[in-house]
Amino acid sequence: MTDSTMTTRQKVEASMRRRRAAETRFRLYGMASVLFGLLCLVVLFGDIFSKGTSAFSQTVLTTTIEIDGDYLDITPDSSESDIMSANYDGLIKRHFKNDVQPKGRSEARSLFSLISSGAGWQIQSQVLEDPSVIGKTVTVDLLVDDDVDQWFKHEYGNDSGSVRLSEKQLEWITGWIESDALKTQFNTTFFVNGDSREPELAGIRGAITGTLLTLLVTFLLSFPIGVAAAIYLEEFAPKNRLTEIVEININNLAAVPSITFGLLGLAIFINIFGVSRSTPLVGGLVLTLMTLPTIIISGRAAIKAVPPSIREAALGLGASKMQTVFHHVLPLAMPGMLTGTIIGMAQALGETAPLLMIGMIAFVVDVPGFINDPSTVLPVQIFLWSDSPERAFTERTSGAIMVLLGFLIIMNTAAVMLRRRLERRW
Amino acid sequence: MNYSTLLIALLIALGAAYFLGRNRARSLAGQGESMHSLPTHYGALTALWTTLPPLLILIMWVMLEPRIVDALLTMQLPEAIRTASEAEVRLALSKVHNIASDPTMMGQSDLGSVAAHLVDLEQRAAILKGGVILSVILLGVAVTWRRIQPDLRARGEVERIVRIMLFASSAIAVLTTLGILVSVLFEAVLFFQKVSPIEFLFGTTWSPQVALRADQSGSSGSFGAVPLFAGTLLISAIAMFIAVPVGLMAAIYLSEYATSRVRQLAKPALEVLAGIPTVVYGFFAALTVAPFIRGIGESVGLDVSSESALAAGLVMGIMIIPFVSSLSDDVINAVPQSLRDGSYGLGATRSETVRQVVIPAALPGIVGAVMLAVSRAIGETMIVAMAAGLAANLTANPLDSVTTVTVQIVTLLVGDQEFDSPKTLAAFALGLVLFIVTLALNFVAIKIVQKYREQYD
Repeated sequence: MTDSTMTTRQKVEASMRRRRAAETRFRLYGMASVLFGLLCLVVLFGDIFSKGTSAFSQTVLTTTIEIDGDYLDITPDSSESDIMSANYDGLIKRHFKNDVQPKGRSEARSLFSLISSGAGWQIQSQVLEDPSVIGKTVTVDLLVDDDVDQWFKHEYGNDSGSVRLSEKQLEWITGWIESDALKTQFNTTFFVNGDSREPELAGIRGAITGTLLTLLVTFLLSFPIGVAAAIYLEEFAPKNRLTEIVEININNLAAVPSITFGLLGLAIFINIFGVSRSTPLVGGLVLTLMTLPTIIISGRAAIKAVPPSIREAALGLGASKMQTVFHHVLPLAMPGMLTGTIIGMAQALGETAPLLMIGMIAFVVDVPGFINDPSTVLPVQIFLWSDSPERAFTERTSGAIMVLLGFLIIMNTAAVMLRRRLERRW
Repeated sequence: MNYSTLLIALLIALGAAYFLGRNRARSLAGQGESMHSLPTHYGALTALWTTLPPLLILIMWVMLEPRIVDALLTMQLPEAIRTASEAEVRLALSKVHNIASDPTMMGQSDLGSVAAHLVDLEQRAAILKGGVILSVILLGVAVTWRRIQPDLRARGEVERIVRIMLFASSAIAVLTTLGILVSVLFEAVLFFQKVSPIEFLFGTTWSPQVALRADQSGSSGSFGAVPLFAGTLLISAIAMFIAVPVGLMAAIYLSEYATSRVRQLAKPALEVLAGIPTVVYGFFAALTVAPFIRGIGESVGLDVSSESALAAGLVMGIMIIPFVSSLSDDVINAVPQSLRDGSYGLGATRSETVRQVVIPAALPGIVGAVMLAVSRAIGETMIVAMAAGLAANLTANPLDSVTTVTVQIVTLLVGDQEFDSPKTLAAFALGLVLFIVTLALNFVAIKIVQKYREQYD
C-alpha cells in the first residue's frame, strides 16, 4: 500500500502511534523534572542530617578526681580570684599520670592530648560553684579531645583503627571503655559556648545571640519603614513619573545581588558614618536595606487586597484620608504585612554574603551582650567552621545548619499559619 | 550622655508630650471651648514637635561629630605630622583614638597630650549634646503647649507631618539604590585612576596581590578581569543548563498535567529549595558534591579539580530550579484557556498544545524569568565562595577550577582593608560591573514580564 492510496483516516491513524509516544515522553520528562527537584531536596537534607546528628552528642570520660587543696594552693575560704587562677590543668595531668602510669614524657604528652584542653575549666567552674568540694574526691564527666570523640562515635565497634590516634592511645581508650568510663551524652557545650578553636569546646550560643540581636535591629527598622513606604505608595502617592521611578526601583532592588548591599554597608555605614565594624548594629542596618523591598512589595499587595468599599464607608462617615488608612485599611492589611515581614526576616536570617564585607566574620569567643558588641551570626559561623579541616568541625557545621534550618522552618510555618488564620475573603 | 540614654529620654519625652497635649486639649474643651480637632490630635502634634527636631539634630550630630573632632585634633598634632602626607595624619589620628580609649597608654606616647585633649573634647561634646537635646525637647513641649488653642488645626498639621514621614520612608528605597551606586562608583573611580579601565576590562591576568616593598617584582599587581568574567559565565552557564530545562519542565508538568493534589504537595516542596540559605548549598557543594564528582572523574580517568566549576554550577542550578519553575508557572498560567481549547479543538495532543501554542504564547515571560535567573546566578556569592576556587584560570573546561567576580570581591574585602590600595578598590570596581550587569538584566526582565502580564489581562 503506498501513500497515495491511503485515506486521510488511515494517515492519521498511522501517525497516532508516534504522536502518542511523543505525548508519553513529554509527560515523563515533566514528571522526571519534578522528581529530580524533590530528589535534590531529599539528598540535601539527608546529607546534612546524616552528618549533623552526631554533633548533638559528645563523648565524656567519667573519672573520680581529688580536688587537692594543697596542690592547688587553695582552701574553701580562698578568694574567688585565687580559686580562678589555681592550676587545674596540672591537677588533671597529675591525676591521669598516677592513674595510667605513662612511660616517659612523650607518652605522657600523648596521654594528656586525649583530654580536652577545656577540662581544667570544667573543674574550675565546679569548684567556683561550690568551694566546699576542695579537699574532697569528686566524680566528674571530663570532655575528651575531638579526635577521641570522633573515634568513639564513628569508628569504635566497626574494627577500624584511627589515623589520628596512635596504638598506645587506642590502648588507653579501650581500657576506659572496658571500665565503662567513656560514654556519650547530650552535647550541652554546643548550645552554651561561644566559638572556639577546639571543636569540643566550640558552640553556637554566640552566633545565635548575634543573629537574634541583628534580626532585632533589622525588624525594628525594616518593619515600620516598610509599612510606611507601602502605605505611601499604595494610598497617597500621586500617579506620576516620580512614583513610577520609585516603584521600578523597589522591584529592581529586590533582585540586586545581596553582596552589593555589603559593599554599600562597608562604604557608607562604616567608612562615612563611622558605625563600628562586626556589630549587630551595622549588620542590622545592611539587612534592613536588603529586606525592605520584600516587605514593601508584600505590604502593598496586602493593602491592595483591602476592598475599596471599606475606604468609601470610612470616608463617607467623615473620616479623613489619614484616619481611613490608619483606623481601617491598616488593621485589615496587617496580617498580610506581617506574613511578608516574617518571610523577609527569614531571608535576612539565612543571609551571609553582605555580612562578610562588614566584618561579621571575626573570630568572636564572647557572647555579645548588646547591639554594639562584636559578634558573628549563625550563617557566617557555618561558613567559618566549614573551612576548618577537623572532622569534628564538619560535624558541628552540619549541626549548626540543622539549627539554622530549624529556625527557618519555624519562621516559615509561622508565616503560613498566620496567613491561614487571619486570611479573609471579601 | 551617650546615645542610648538620649534615645530612652526621647522615648519618655514622646509619651509625656502626648499626654500633656491631649490633656491640655481636654481641659480646654472642659472649660466650654469648642476645639477644632480631637484631643488625640493635639497629643500627637505635641509628641511630634517634641521628638522629631531633637531626633534630627541627634542624627546630624552622629554624622558630624567625628569629623569636627578629627579636624580639631589635626590642629593639635605636631607640625611634622601635620605637614606630611594625608595618610600619616590619618594614622596619627587613629593612634590618638587608641590611646584615648586606653588610659594606661596615655603617658607612654608623644601623642599623649593630643589624646588627653581628645578625652576632654569628648567629655565636653557629651555634655553639650545632652544639653542641646534636652533644651530642644523642652522648647518643643513649651511652644506646642502655648499653641494649643481652640482654633489650632491640629489634625491637618499632624496629617501633613505624617504624610511627609511616609514619603521619606518610601524614598529610602531610592536612596539605597543611589547609595549603592555612589559608594561603588566613588571607589571604582579611585581604582581607575590607578589602573586603566581598558586593562581592567580586557586584560587576561588577574593577580591582585600587591607587593609589600616597592622593589619586589610585580609590585603593582595585575588587574585584568577577563578570567573572572569568564569564570562567572562558565559557572552561570552550567547552572542554567540544569535549572532552565528542569525548572521549565517542572512548571509545565505542574500546571498542565499534574492533578491538583500533586500540585498542592509538589509546588511548596520545590519552593523549599529556594528558601534554603545559600551557605547551606555552599557547604553541600564543597563537602559532598565536589568530592563526589572528583571520585566519578577519577574512576573514568579524568583529572578533576577538587574545586571544579562543575560542582559549584551544579549546586547553583539546583538552587535556581524553583526560581525558574515558579516564575514560568506564573506566565504559563497567564496564557488564556481559550488558546488551549482552540488547539485541542483542532485535534492537537496535550504536548503538542504545550509546545506549539502555550510555550510560544508564554515565551516573552519565560525569557524574562530566565534573565532574572541568570542575574541571580551571576550575583550568587556563598556557593562559589565555598565551592569554587581562587585561582583566576581562563578556561572553558568545567572540570577545572575557576574563580568568579563575587568570590574575588569577598576575598579582597574580608579582613583588613586599606582604602588607598588598588587591591581593596578593585573589589569595588568588580562590584560596579556586577551591579550594572544585574541591574540591566533585572530591569529588562521585569519590564518584559510586566508587559507580558498586561497583554492577556
